[in-house]
Amino acid sequence: MHYSFDIERGNFADAGQASSSVKRTLKHLGVDPANIKRTVVALFEAEINAIAHAYGGRIDVDIDDGKIVMVVADQGPGIPNLDLAMQEGWSTASPQVREMGYGAGMGLPNIKKNTDDLKIETTVGVGTTVTMTVNLT
Amino acid sequence: MTVKEIIDKLDLKCLNEANLDAEVSGAYASDLLSDVMGNARSGQVWITMQTHKNVTAIASLRDLPAVIIVRGGVPDEDMLEHAKDEDVCILVSEDATFPLCGKLYELIK
Repeated sequence: MHYSFDIERGNFADAGQASSSVKRTLKHLGVDPANIKRTVVALFEAEINAIAHAYGGRIDVDIDDGKIVMVVADQGPGIPNLDLAMQEGWSTASPQVREMGYGAGMGLPNIKKNTDDLKIETTVGVGTTVTMTVNLT
Repeated sequence: MTVKEIIDKLDLKCLNEANLDAEVSGAYASDLLSDVMGNARSGQVWITMQTHKNVTAIASLRDLPAVIIVRGGVPDEDMLEHAKDEDVCILVSEDATFPLCGKLYELIK
């Protein structure tokens, strides 16, 4: 099963739509609630990161019997220092984004904690692709 | 303790009636959205002063039956609309976070 969603820069009003749609599908498929939780936490955080930091992008989700693979690819600006970005508490979010209760530097650590595999490819000036896998078995 | 009983006992204003019979397992108090996303547990009510639409998105994604907005906060209109679509109960307390947590803790500890 394949789903894709567009991400629009700064469009927080629609944040969570992809996660919500994937959650409904997984519930319908009878996936274990613990795995549904891990999937929605990771996908929501990646979605928020792209909305808050990127110039737009796309989410692709593939679901099969054994695993869920989520790819969030954006068109920049890229992450200059990935080690810092992975550190809990580190954030480059704007004051407006922080006012909404984001920007605590917990997004990427949340993703890492809730996925079985996390791959981040990033090039400054080009973009970032986050590939997250949740194993179902 | 159900959502309905909490509303009655804490004299909360209910802005969206949903999940009134849901059993509340506890509460999570935080204004940081990723904190709630990562650490709240399903069945808990969420105590916060955030009043925008992403609150209901997270409550729905994490199966939190109700959100209690503290200090008489007013939710954004699109947050309330979204709460109706997603069946999230929206409650308002005149208390600040600390006294509200204390009262709720006494009820459901």
